[in-house]
Formats: sequence, structure tokens, C-alpha cells
Amino acid sequence: MGLRKLALLGAAIASAGVIVATAAQAQNEQFIPGLVYRTGAYAPNGIPFADGVRDYITMLNERDGGINGVKITFEECETGYATDRGVECYERLKGKGPTGAAYFSPLSTGITFALTEKAPGDKVPLITMGYGRSESRDGAVFEWNFPLLGTYWTAANVAVQHIAKEIGGLDKLKGKKIALLYHDSPYGKEPIAALEAMSKKYGFEFLPIPVPAPGSEQKSQWLQIRQQRPDYVLLWGWGVMNSAAVTEAGNVNYPRDKMIGVWWSGAEPDVVPAGDKGAGYKALMLQHPAGKSAVYADLEKYVIGPGKSLAKPDEIGSVLYNRGLINSMLGTESIRTAMAKFGNKPMTGEQVRWGIEHLDLTADRIKQLGFEGMIGPIKVSCSDHEGTRLSRVHQWDGKKWNVISDWYTADDSILAPMVKETAAKYATEKKITPRDCSKES
Amino acid sequence: MFYREAGQFKVSYAADQAVFPIAQDRIAMLALLLIAFLVVPFVASEYVYRAVLIPVVILSLAAIGLNVLMGYCGQVSLGSGAFMAVGAYAAYNFAIRLPFLNPFVCILLGGFVAAGVGIAFGVPSLRIKGFYLACATLAAQFFADWAFLRIKWFTNYTPSGSINAPPLEILGVDLSSPTANYIVCLVFTVVLAIATKNIVRGHIGRQWMAIRDMDIAAEIIGVQPMYAKLTAFAVSSFLIGVAGGLWAFVYLGSWEPAAFSIDRSFQLMFMIIIGGLGSILGSVLGAAFIVLLPIFLNQALPPFGALFGWRISTATVSHFEAMIFGALIIFFLIVEPHGLARLWSVAKEKLRLWPFPH
Repeated sequence: MGLRKLALLGAAIASAGVIVATAAQAQNEQFIPGLVYRTGAYAPNGIPFADGVRDYITMLNERDGGINGVKITFEECETGYATDRGVECYERLKGKGPTGAAYFSPLSTGITFALTEKAPGDKVPLITMGYGRSESRDGAVFEWNFPLLGTYWTAANVAVQHIAKEIGGLDKLKGKKIALLYHDSPYGKEPIAALEAMSKKYGFEFLPIPVPAPGSEQKSQWLQIRQQRPDYVLLWGWGVMNSAAVTEAGNVNYPRDKMIGVWWSGAEPDVVPAGDKGAGYKALMLQHPAGKSAVYADLEKYVIGPGKSLAKPDEIGSVLYNRGLINSMLGTESIRTAMAKFGNKPMTGEQVRWGIEHLDLTADRIKQLGFEGMIGPIKVSCSDHEGTRLSRVHQWDGKKWNVISDWYTADDSILAPMVKETAAKYATEKKITPRDCSKES
Repeated sequence: MFYREAGQFKVSYAADQAVFPIAQDRIAMLALLLIAFLVVPFVASEYVYRAVLIPVVILSLAAIGLNVLMGYCGQVSLGSGAFMAVGAYAAYNFAIRLPFLNPFVCILLGGFVAAGVGIAFGVPSLRIKGFYLACATLAAQFFADWAFLRIKWFTNYTPSGSINAPPLEILGVDLSSPTANYIVCLVFTVVLAIATKNIVRGHIGRQWMAIRDMDIAAEIIGVQPMYAKLTAFAVSSFLIGVAGGLWAFVYLGSWEPAAFSIDRSFQLMFMIIIGGLGSILGSVLGAAFIVLLPIFLNQALPPFGALFGWRISTATVSHFEAMIFGALIIFFLIVEPHGLARLWSVAKEKLRLWPFPH
């Protein structure tokens, strides 16, 4: 017993120290937590994203002194992509700062699922930009979830549209065979429902092939692909699984330009390890390309130049670093939107939620923020927590990503009924009464 | 001085064989339970509940379950994660298919299903031992991972394969607050721990220990290996299954098979090795140690580094965590192979003579 008490005491002292430190801070601060993974099997993808998130916030603090005069405090917590560690980080960080955490972006579908259960009780919104539950776009049921910029169902639909365009029209899809090589987790399984619905509608054959996590071993899956000879392979991987898939495709000589990755399989760490074998590989874009937009001028001046960034030089301007910047930009712009209604003071989670739900970035505003060419206009509402359903495709030429398509818009006639049905099922299971979006202001 | 049993005369067999024969132990235990039930709810913050107390309490129960099998009956098992998963998924299926059942009834029923599965995977233990049995239980682990990923019926055909726990309530009283969650888990763990303590002291427990110490000798004196081993698997899996149900319903709320992966099995095994094989107290100490150490290191290292003007990034913290954790496990195995429970009993022996050792 003695040791148990001692251990509890130790933890209590440690947490008490944290609490005291928090209380001593100034009251005019907005706290933004960062759930990151800089270690483990997914670190190559987790690090550039985390650096992007961090650098944009640092830039706002250095250049503008925060948001409308409210300084931002930021703290990271390492999750290692593990759900239970993510939950612990969330519990540790949600109450920090004078008004608690503004929003969480866990960058893990598993952690998102777990936090979806906790966020409504704690009144903290979740910004899951391009991941998480696809049906959480229905804000009537998922009041606190914001899968901004795109869900996996949007991605699946755009991928099929691109294939159709390459082969000459949606009617040509009939009789074609499309395989989905996916990470065997909720993340990888998300697009299956949408692809099955489209395979019924367009008449292509759909072949799901699971890869057990973390996905570094894919010999048997590629043997199956060689036997089945699908016309296209969609890749839904993360971390080491992506580069392993591209390498393996090279080994069995499957044409790389017939492979289309989701936006989480379309960054530099996914193709660089594959070397020459990666050339020709295509991936969806979460709207934004690699490269530097106008905002980099200020980033260089206030963050990277003075050495305040943790990012390595080759990370800067990479796909995932840009995505981190956009994640922070959407989050802080939502706080700004909330401030316009509630006043220039630190916002509570509830007020930030209102801010995200009323986020409206026009093309002009995006240009002003320095993100022109990165994302299209986005307008979030109670009934649509995704805000936009646009995507593009880029291709790796062995050295860099080149944008090869125009903007696609996902076909909502297929997706909207699916979202409605799945969200309703969730509402019955959890005994939630959906909000009436026509009455929300 | 304070811990002396002189003058405590036992006048009946019942008193001599009590769980805590020494009065000070009884008082200390009672005080600890009173603190856990009555004091902690008034002082703990939400973070302490969610990140520390609830996981420790639930994983203690799972560690007690594994200790029944490994510590008392000597059957090595790497399938604890699988039995937790069976408990969790069975409870979920009871909850959605028989919606009139209370979620806590579902958790208990899930425990019984886990016991059944445990018996099935315990059958090979009749023929194989040691590392070979560890391999056989490893099969349970991989089978459970596979089944809950692939067989859609278990997850009620959700598109992503991730499922959600039903709301927690008893007779219309909402139990979703952290305090209520903690109390519920504590009740489960305390009641089942007391029951287990009594089982291992009774004839079944003695059979288990006889099998553990030497199975041939046990058989010769009339212990049925089949009965003893399979009851150990059943009781162990029941406890682990209930812990799995609580982990899923109370702690996670939404989960996927990865929550009960092989890592969880190893984690539970470390708990009872560090805590002490063949000790209920050891299971609790081990669970507390394994859950608290990473959290403690994670929070203590950055301020500690700051003392020396050394800025520690989150990545470094997590590397250090792994290194210190590994070093401590090796240290314990060398210095105290019988675990924290043994340290405690050594301390007790010393305390009895204190302050005047021979």
C-alpha cells in the first residue's frame, strides 16, 4: 500500500505543480493544445504536420501578438498515435489556460473516435481536417466535430471521378476493377462504404485488400493484386505503410500511375523512401499542394529566420508542413470569427465551436491570409461541418509533386444520403436528439 | 512499535485463518478503502480521475485476472488482451441486441462470455506447458484481433469497425460523470478482488497452487489437472473480460480492436511481474506502477530539464520515457524478482521488529 500511496502522491504533486503553473499565467491568453506524434511508426508523417501547426501559431504571436491582441499559448503532448495516450493527453490539456482548450486536432482517426464521445460533455470542439468520421459532417448530430476541407467519403468519390476522367467518362467505369489497399483500422475502413455504394451505381468491381497495422509488410497483398490485376489501386495508408506500398508496387511492376493515394498517402515521406520506384505515383490533395504560398514571407521573417521553428529545412514547404499551417490557420480564424461575436478576449470551447460553425473564408480573405492557391473558399454551417468538398490530384515525378488535375467537386447526390443515414444510426445508438439546423443562428 | 501483533490472541480457527489475521492490517485496509470511496471523490480533479484513477482501477482488475492464471496456477498467458476484447465486444453486443439490459449487466455477461472463450483456449494447457502454452494463448490474441476486425456482425456492421458504448446509467441515474465512473469501477474491482482473494485461499486456489508448484505431484495427491487448469482459465478470463468491458464502456467510450492489441497483453504481464506473481496486492501495485510511471515521467522531465536550462521536446520526453521504463523493468527483475508485493512484505517483516531489531 505504501508504494501505491507514494505513487499517487507523486502523481498528485506533479499535477498540482502543473495546476499552479497554469494559474500563475496571465488571464488574457488563448490556449491551443497540440496532440502530436514525433515518435513511433507514424513519426515521419507526424513531425512535419506538428511543426507546421506550431510555426503558424508562433508566427501569429510574433507578428500580431496573437489573435486580436489575445496571445496564444501552445503546448504539445506526445500521443505516439496510441488511443489511450491520446485520451490521457486530452484530459491533461483540455482545462489549461484561462478558458480551457480552444479546440483539439488529434491527427488520428482512432483518437478522434474516442474524443468524439468526450468532447460534447467537455464542450471542446474537434477540428479533424481531412480525417475522422465521415458522417460527422452532419452537424445536427455531431455538434462538436468539424471534418473541415474533406472527409474520406469525399476523397473516395473524387478518386473515382479522377479515374473516370482518365479512362474517358463515368460510363466507362462499368466492368473495371478498382482495388482499395487500406490500413486495417477505422481510418482505412472509412472509404469502404462510399466505394461500395459507387461500385453499385457505376458498375465497377470493388476489391478491398486490408493491410495489418503498421503495414511495413505487404508481400501477400501485392501478390493478390498481381493475381487479380485491378485497373486501379487506391491506397489508404499512413506512415510507413505508404512508402512500403509504393516500393512493393515497384517490385511487382504494377504501374505507379494507376495508383491513387488518399491525401494522407500523398506527401514526401510516402514516396521519398521508395526512390525511383515512386515516380508516376498519384495522390489526392487535401486541396493544397507542396510549395510555398505568400504566407511563407512572414513565416521566414518571424519564425524560421530567427530560429524559432523546430522544422528541418527540407520539411518547410512540404505537403504535411503546409497541412499543419492550414490546420492552425482554420483554427485561429475560427477563434477570430468567434471573437467578432463574443468580444476580443480568450474564447471558451463553446464559443470557438460557434466560431467554427460560422467560419466563412472567401477567396479574398484566403488571399489576405497568404493562403492563395492552397485552399478554395470554405463556408461551414450547422448542417455542413465539412465546409467544402473540393479536391485535386497531384503526381510525384521522382523529385517533386506536380498538380495534374483541375478542381473536382464531390458528388453529393451519392454522399449526402449516406451521411444522413449513418449519422441517424449514431444518434439512435447514443440516444442523441439531432439539432434543428433551420433554427440555428 | 505500531505494527506489533503481540497480545492479539486467536481463539478460533476462523480468526486464525482470516484474510488479514493482524488487526493493524485490517484497520489499514479498511482505512484505505474508506479513503478510496469517501475521500478521493472530494479531492480528485477530473484529470486525476480520467488519466490516473480510472485506468489504474480497471487495469488492476485485469491484472488480478491474469495473476489468477499466471501467478496462482502457473499457466503462462499472452492472451489477456484477447480476453479483454471478448469481454468488451460481448458486452457491446448484449447492449445493442438486448437494449433493455443495463450496461453494467452487459459488462458482467461479457465477463461470462470471456470465461467461456477462456476455457476454450485453455484446453491446450492440458497438454502443453510453459513457452509452448504462451504460444497457444498468443493464438487467442491474434484470433481475437482478426475476428473483431473481420466479422462484421460483432461490430454491428459499422462502416469503420469502430464501435461506441451505450450511455452509462442505473435506474435512470446518469453515471457519466468522472466521479461516478470511478466509483463504479472501484466497486467492480473491490468486490471481485475480495471474491478472488477468497477463491485463491479456498480449495480451488490450493489446487491451482499445487498445479503451479508441481503438476505431477499434484495429480498424485488427487488434484484433477483438467478441473484445476480450466477453472483457473475460466476465473481469470471472467475477471479480464469484466475489466475489458469497463475499459471499453467507461474509459474509452469508443474503441477498435487496436485498444486490445498484443501490447495490452504484454502490459498486463509486466504489471504482474513487477507487482508480484501470486499476489492480489501485487496486481494493484503493478497496475499503478505501469500506468503512473509514463505519465509521471512525461510531466516531470520537462520541468526537471528546465532546472538545468535544458529544453526537452515532446519527442525527447517520449524517448526518455521508453529508456527509463525499460531500465526500471530490468532493475526490478534483477533486484526484486518477486515484485513490489515482496518489497511490501519485507517491509512488513522489518516493521514488526522496529525499532528494536534483534
